[in-house]
Amino acid sequence: MKIVLEHLTKKFPGRGKKNPGDVTAVNDFTCEIPDGELVGLLGPSGCGKSTTLNMICGLETPTDGKILFGDEDVTKLSPELRGVGMVFQNYALYPHLNVRQNIQFPLENLRGKDRLPKAEMEKRVSETAHLVQIEDLMDRKPRELSGGQQQRVAIARALVKFPRVLLLDEPLSNLDARLRLQTREEIRKIQKKTGITTVFVTHDQDEAMSICDRIAVMQNGVLMQQGRPQEVYDDPSSLFVAKFLGTPPINVFQGTVRGGKLFIGNQAVLPVPGIKDREVWAAIRPEGFVLQADGPLACHLERVEVMGRDVSVISSHNACTSQTLRSIISAESRAEIDMSSAEVRFSLKPGKVFLFEKETENRLRFERS
Amino acid sequence: MKRNNGKAWLYLLPALLFLIVFMVYPLIDVFIYSFEEGFNFASQTYFGTGLYNFSYVLHDPYFLQAVQNTFLLVIITVPVSTGLALLISVGLSSIKPLRELYQTVYFLPYVTNTLAVGLVFMILFQKTEYTDGLVNLVIELFGGNAVDFIDGPYWAKMFVLCFYTIWVVMPFKILVLTSALASVNQDYYKAARVDGTPKLRVFTRITLPMISPMIFYLVITGFIGAFKAYSDAVALFGTDLNAAGMNTIVGYVYDMLYGDSGGYPSYASAAAILLFAIVLTVTCINLLVSRKKVAI
Repeated sequence: MKIVLEHLTKKFPGRGKKNPGDVTAVNDFTCEIPDGELVGLLGPSGCGKSTTLNMICGLETPTDGKILFGDEDVTKLSPELRGVGMVFQNYALYPHLNVRQNIQFPLENLRGKDRLPKAEMEKRVSETAHLVQIEDLMDRKPRELSGGQQQRVAIARALVKFPRVLLLDEPLSNLDARLRLQTREEIRKIQKKTGITTVFVTHDQDEAMSICDRIAVMQNGVLMQQGRPQEVYDDPSSLFVAKFLGTPPINVFQGTVRGGKLFIGNQAVLPVPGIKDREVWAAIRPEGFVLQADGPLACHLERVEVMGRDVSVISSHNACTSQTLRSIISAESRAEIDMSSAEVRFSLKPGKVFLFEKETENRLRFERS
Repeated sequence: MKRNNGKAWLYLLPALLFLIVFMVYPLIDVFIYSFEEGFNFASQTYFGTGLYNFSYVLHDPYFLQAVQNTFLLVIITVPVSTGLALLISVGLSSIKPLRELYQTVYFLPYVTNTLAVGLVFMILFQKTEYTDGLVNLVIELFGGNAVDFIDGPYWAKMFVLCFYTIWVVMPFKILVLTSALASVNQDYYKAARVDGTPKLRVFTRITLPMISPMIFYLVITGFIGAFKAYSDAVALFGTDLNAAGMNTIVGYVYDMLYGDSGGYPSYASAAAILLFAIVLTVTCINLLVSRKKVAI
């Protein structure tokens, strides 16, 4: 089921005398989610991504805008009529019901012609349980399950009605690091197997990048950019998106463009044809640095971290907005680093350098040779 | 460990001392009194030991009347007050405007003096030479016959006593239940909404199981409280409860000790032990049931 969000806006009324104005949680959000894709709503906490999810679900009514499932306008429909399945951050499994009863609960709500015969209900429950591989836990209570198992039960409960859309609110945040890696693969697998259009909310860009077909990055209620994870990573439209995606984070420098060349400090580090002379933010991905003995960018060498596959060079530069900058080079070129020297010199890969306007922080594109 | 034990007992001593003097010793004493036949308080003498006190109490029509009254009171007021409190709490948690005002109103009886409330109830229900009382005026308005609720037929008096008791015990129950309802995680309700759960089913399958521990707490303490009822009856019918036929077991114990027919600590003790046995049995049954029913 294709989901279309048109100019979606949500305002919450201000509370008390101190904040009389409305709070805009989501502002003019327009986005199209193709059928059968896994989409990550990504952003720092408080950016409105959960509110967006709740509006798709129907738990919140938008102040303005439209939500379409396929060609059907569901903006005014209540959640149960939309055919959505939702997995809550804390899973919201009913503690007094066992796993089987929890999964069966949504089916028992069906009335009239939708009502399933008992055998059919049981068949659906066991099929869904099989899908998320919890068949041997059916008689346990939620408190007797691990976090990962609880999550699978929650997914099964959301899927048992065969929803048109599956929504996941921060599904991995309650799991420990190892389980998180495993579970996100699991979610990916289940989503591919069922082919249900899935939207999931996360603040962890790693999570979103790794399993999503498509990501939508939000900031302060506004959709900043959307697209395939790699596209967004390789071509951020704003400094915020560039900074938000990627581990280790991108390195941001204060730079100047003069005569078609990017200057960091007093050094001309990269030709940037097509950009007028101005002050800019120059953001360079850690993998955009190349060790070069006579490279244009001279940094103060702090230390070298060996990670096995590759090497992190930690250095500092006056023009850098953070105290240290981190560049990742391949392990073979480690020998080229002169540890006795206080200086390390880099040249830059043009494809990994992004320029942004100083005030608006919007992207400035230059011609790459 | 051993070295600290002595110190620990020393710290516990003040509390233990008070407990022993004011709780344990009287309990044992009551037990002993109840088996001493013909105990004379003035001379501190008795004729012998045996079960005569129990036999006397169990054959005393006043005691049997008190037991009947108490059981009626318990059976009527505990379920009704808990059920009503549940309804009101659910109502309170589903309204937004005026919620605090209503909460205050419902909590007022809790901080109001029992005897003052009794006086108000008398004004409402009592039939005197000058007026039939407010409630009777309403009954007459609808074409009914006036009933004397304070000095009239047994069922009328029982009705007033139950009404009064329910009114007095409800605030605490409402307080406990509203906070229990508020502590249920809202995500359960959101999940139920997404699944299109009908309202009644949300209440019976989610809300009730979630707050069941609190409901059982209220039922158990309600049973114990109602079995120990006394001041409510006094507030409505005065101190001569035997004459009014509205005595309770605790009232009977009091009368045996200090009332007009008083001065019989042995009978009082026997009645007290019987009450203890009843309360213990009922509480045990309650706990057994709750262990099976309470969900979480």
